[in-house]
Amino acid sequence: MRNTFTRNFLFITIVVLLLGGCSNSNEASHPGIVAAGTPEYGDTFIESSIGDASTLLPVLASDSASSSINGLIYNGLVRYDKNLQIEGELAESWEVSEDNLTITFHLRQGVTWHDGAPFTSADVKFNYQLYVDPKTPTAYAESFKQVTGIETPDFYTVIVHYDKPYAPALISWATSIHPRHLLEGENITKSLLARKPVGTGPYRFIEWLGGEKIVLESNPDYFEGQPYIKRVVYRIIPDISTQFLELQTGSLDYMGLSPLQFDRQTDTPAFRRLYNKYRYLNFGYTYLGYNLKRPLFQDKRVRQALSYAINKQELIDGVLLGYGKVATGPYKPDTWVYNGNVPKYSYDPDKARQLLAEAGWQDTDDNGILDKDGKELEFTIVTNQGNDLRSKTGEIIQRRFKEIGVAVNLRIIEWATFLKEFINPGNFDATILGWTGGPEPDQYNIWHSSKTGPRELNFIGFKNAEVDSLLEQGRRVFDQPQRKAFYDRFQEILAEEQPYTFLYIGEALPAVSKRFREVKPEPAGIRYNFNQWFFPKAEQKYARLNDVFFVRVLC
Amino acid sequence: MLSYIAKRLLLLIPLLLGITLISFVVIHLAPGEPTDLQTQLNPQASSELQERLRSEYGLDQPLYVQYGKWLSRLLRLDFGESFATDRRPVLDKVLERLPVTILLNLLSIILILAVSIPLGIISAIQRNSGFDRMTTILVFTGFAMPSFWLALLLMDWFGVRLGVLPVSGLKSLGYEYLSWGGQLLDRISHLVLPVFVSAIGGLAGFSRYMRSNMLEVIRQDYILTARAKGLSERVVIYKHALRNALLPVITILGLSVPGLIGGSVIFETIFAIPGMGKLFYDGVMMRDYPLIMGILVMGAVLTLFGNLLADICYALADPRIRHSHQGGGST
Repeated sequence: MRNTFTRNFLFITIVVLLLGGCSNSNEASHPGIVAAGTPEYGDTFIESSIGDASTLLPVLASDSASSSINGLIYNGLVRYDKNLQIEGELAESWEVSEDNLTITFHLRQGVTWHDGAPFTSADVKFNYQLYVDPKTPTAYAESFKQVTGIETPDFYTVIVHYDKPYAPALISWATSIHPRHLLEGENITKSLLARKPVGTGPYRFIEWLGGEKIVLESNPDYFEGQPYIKRVVYRIIPDISTQFLELQTGSLDYMGLSPLQFDRQTDTPAFRRLYNKYRYLNFGYTYLGYNLKRPLFQDKRVRQALSYAINKQELIDGVLLGYGKVATGPYKPDTWVYNGNVPKYSYDPDKARQLLAEAGWQDTDDNGILDKDGKELEFTIVTNQGNDLRSKTGEIIQRRFKEIGVAVNLRIIEWATFLKEFINPGNFDATILGWTGGPEPDQYNIWHSSKTGPRELNFIGFKNAEVDSLLEQGRRVFDQPQRKAFYDRFQEILAEEQPYTFLYIGEALPAVSKRFREVKPEPAGIRYNFNQWFFPKAEQKYARLNDVFFVRVLC
Repeated sequence: MLSYIAKRLLLLIPLLLGITLISFVVIHLAPGEPTDLQTQLNPQASSELQERLRSEYGLDQPLYVQYGKWLSRLLRLDFGESFATDRRPVLDKVLERLPVTILLNLLSIILILAVSIPLGIISAIQRNSGFDRMTTILVFTGFAMPSFWLALLLMDWFGVRLGVLPVSGLKSLGYEYLSWGGQLLDRISHLVLPVFVSAIGGLAGFSRYMRSNMLEVIRQDYILTARAKGLSERVVIYKHALRNALLPVITILGLSVPGLIGGSVIFETIFAIPGMGKLFYDGVMMRDYPLIMGILVMGAVLTLFGNLLADICYALADPRIRHSHQGGGST
């Protein structure tokens, strides 16, 4: 599992863009799927990022700029395929023992590091030690701490032992593998590889100009074959408007658009000539979380009432311009674990008023705000600064709550202060935030009652014995239908309890240069087969780099 | 003169200490710690990690100990290592950003001087003429215009619509493959918009300043004398008046020394230029104390020296001041 807090701020939520220059292609476009011709090698793919990478050692990196670059330089033992099923990467195959306590990985042979050294099981063992070493300040140690032993009987076999079955175990080996021969005995925080990485991946590192760009070049010895696109350039462009202008000149090959840009600003012939637009559902949702330590929110009926009072579709239409789906729980609708049979809390203000009345909230003084025992029904929603979608969501919710007689104040606070003064000490009534996740359904860290301590993720203080037991069982079973039974029930309880009002799941809205071939949207998005993308020779505009400047000026 | 400079230099030391102390306290007063931001709300980060990071950074010690350690390192000219994940030395990070920042600021100051001095002079000579009024309106419009907005308009116009200038960045892709002349051209084309936009705000102040200086000087008796001697208007204005009117410019130049290493976040963000402003801003957002302190100290030192330099140059250029010092007076 890899949940990170999403925020459109500094580094985490990154709009990853790429750029493609001025295409000289006037070919007919194939909206949606672009696939034609024999793959050809060459050319440069330009993407931009709002933040610079922090380190190119994946064990230390937790920002998405670093992660997306590391993803091209390094490999894990396994990965998700286009249908979000686990497939081998550095591991050719694996077996899970009957008792689910041992995983045996058979590694690919003949894989080399970018410096030519061979990749072996010793590298895997070293990585385990690296991740669990108390001196390594990594955010990815937890799943490796479940490992009780690791053996390497030969160069290409790794046997991993667990003392309890741990369902996320397999995918935890998707974590990047670092080179042992360059890091062993080194202080990882001082390693020069952070600025000059060596991996096994499809691209190798060329240069990094701080705050300006990072350049990678395809690895001719890559074990799955050399990628078609020769160079990948990440330009750091911190401003979204500037990125969009660069996109319009054709000098980016890829950009994640905002709903506004996607909907209103890209419908020009010039834009359509250069780019295809795609849309697919993100992993990750936005929610309104209630602080359950507050007496007001301890009554389930109040939480349910508030959920009925919110028109989720209105939020999607108003904030995301329609590019999103209603969230009913922590999973997105097109995954195996999603349970569609839960109460949906469609917009129903009368029901909301009725539930509040049952809970004893009446407007006795006729001021439009409900009250009980002389106290008005009033609370504050906090959210972080720099995420426009969240503050707009807050404003719409504020108005809807007012209609059912609930007074809401909205406070928007700078991120560091927000964490320190509000979330950590539990000093908030309700908060609008988001989680991003992945296909792995384990939600232990967010909902288990043991995770309500300071700085932990269950900061709303949700405690439910049945949920605890479901989450514990869910991570101990490997069988998908069996796991689904636990998570189905878990989703039912969340829907009934409404500790969050699950609001919406946004869509990824990338614009991709038409010069690319083999771009095919799948459940995993569109980047899963990046190594197969190619530019037909006729459309390779950076082929003769000497002409780049003039190409630029002329288009 | 020398003893005066020495005295001024000695006075800088307590001043600098005071500045660092106040800065240090103030940035530590801001809520949130770097370790919070690195580990918070990440399901995989344990609280031991948090504690370990704190002790590694020395954040578990009392503030005065932290300050003492920082100061003792600074005396050895060691600015420490950044708290960001890359843990690079602060000096490296700053030096990486410094050349482009200085280049841009220098070009911008030169442009401002080159435009606003003649503007100011002509406005003063032709006071209340059509030209004077026109430039007044223009420079104030430039001054009032939000620079990010102007930047976006120009980028859209020259970069997207006309396609004659690059939108952002410092170099084109494939810069290294260009010929010497091509590289120069590429660099210049990337600098045109940033330099223009950063200069436009400074034009108003400086040209107004120049205008009023000039007006002041023209009213003086010695200008009347010069005219009475029958000197041509040209000699009167450009030889006698201008020299005196330019004196205060020295002060302004001195004051702009620290500005050379300072950058503007908004402006660097828009043009995707990796400069000092963005570095500092990101440092503050991540509570990267060593980086923040490093930049603040460098800024403080340059400000103090800039002031000193301005005073000295002033003394050199203006005999009246020089002589008053020799007489034991002070500024």
